[in-house]
Amino acid sequence: MNGEAPFVPDERDRALMLATQEGLPLAVRPYHALAERLGWAPEEVFARLARLHAVGVIRRIAAAPNHYALGYVANGMSVWDVDDERVDELGQWLAAQGEVSHCYRRPRALPLWRYNLFAMFHARERVEVERAVASVAALLAARFPGAVRAHEVLFSSRILKKTGVRLDF
Amino acid sequence: MRERRPATLDDLDRQLLWALQDDLPLCERPFAVLATGLGVSEEEVLQRLRRYLAEGIVTRFGPFFQVERMGGAFCLAAMAVPEERFDEVTVAVGAFPQVAHNYRREHALNMWFVLAATRPEGIVETARAIENAVSLPVWLFPKEREYFVRLRLRP
Repeated sequence: MNGEAPFVPDERDRALMLATQEGLPLAVRPYHALAERLGWAPEEVFARLARLHAVGVIRRIAAAPNHYALGYVANGMSVWDVDDERVDELGQWLAAQGEVSHCYRRPRALPLWRYNLFAMFHARERVEVERAVASVAALLAARFPGAVRAHEVLFSSRILKKTGVRLDF
Repeated sequence: MRERRPATLDDLDRQLLWALQDDLPLCERPFAVLATGLGVSEEEVLQRLRRYLAEGIVTRFGPFFQVERMGGAFCLAAMAVPEERFDEVTVAVGAFPQVAHNYRREHALNMWFVLAATRPEGIVETARAIENAVSLPVWLFPKEREYFVRLRLRP
């Protein structure tokens, strides 16, 4: 979040977003098809999508690939118990590593959960994820001595749901 | 959702799947723009994209919504689900539209899902509703800070 005031979509923005929730029409002129579906002028569809995009409510219009189908069968959530004073420094460094797709600081849930830094790794094989995490762990230990108290990798063994965001307006 | 084996992809599939992860232009014929970049026909791009969706290689093609930007929230959540209840709980959790995705992971906390709501209160409300539905505690791990990365998967 960048601290800007939230953008409040109006009635027609909501209708437009709900109409694309299942996906964009796969037509030669997809935005015109969308306009037709809504009974709107295509100009309004373009103008509203451009605005939602410009304010960041729409991040991008793109494909959500199935990691497994693309061969990325190993999906490892690496979790790190890091000194609170240094977690941001380590998080920034970790995010810059090539194999990391997401990196977040999150609260601990003691005593059940001690980790406060999460970084996702994707690779074609589990051993590649293990290797990447081990190499990052060694680099972290050398670069930020004593800052990491423990880490582990939680592999996903099954996708239980992957519909993406559904807008609960 | 069922497990998927890696799909058989040719060179054009690989290039197209890479390009499709980038932002689609907002113009009259955006797939023609993509097609020109790859040196194929617009119809070829559309046909392949339809196939990816039909075969589950692409799970969705459309706008990615940033609910936080419209005053909503995302939140990672986890549960420790007893093995004998795992399938039943998967169905119950999956029925909530606020659950964007859900993964089984190998840990005492063995079910990890992402909640998305257009109102911030929607996260806690949904977590409580899930707890009531399955009689298990839901642990919430809201992000306190995001360290920026942007990874596209090389097919």
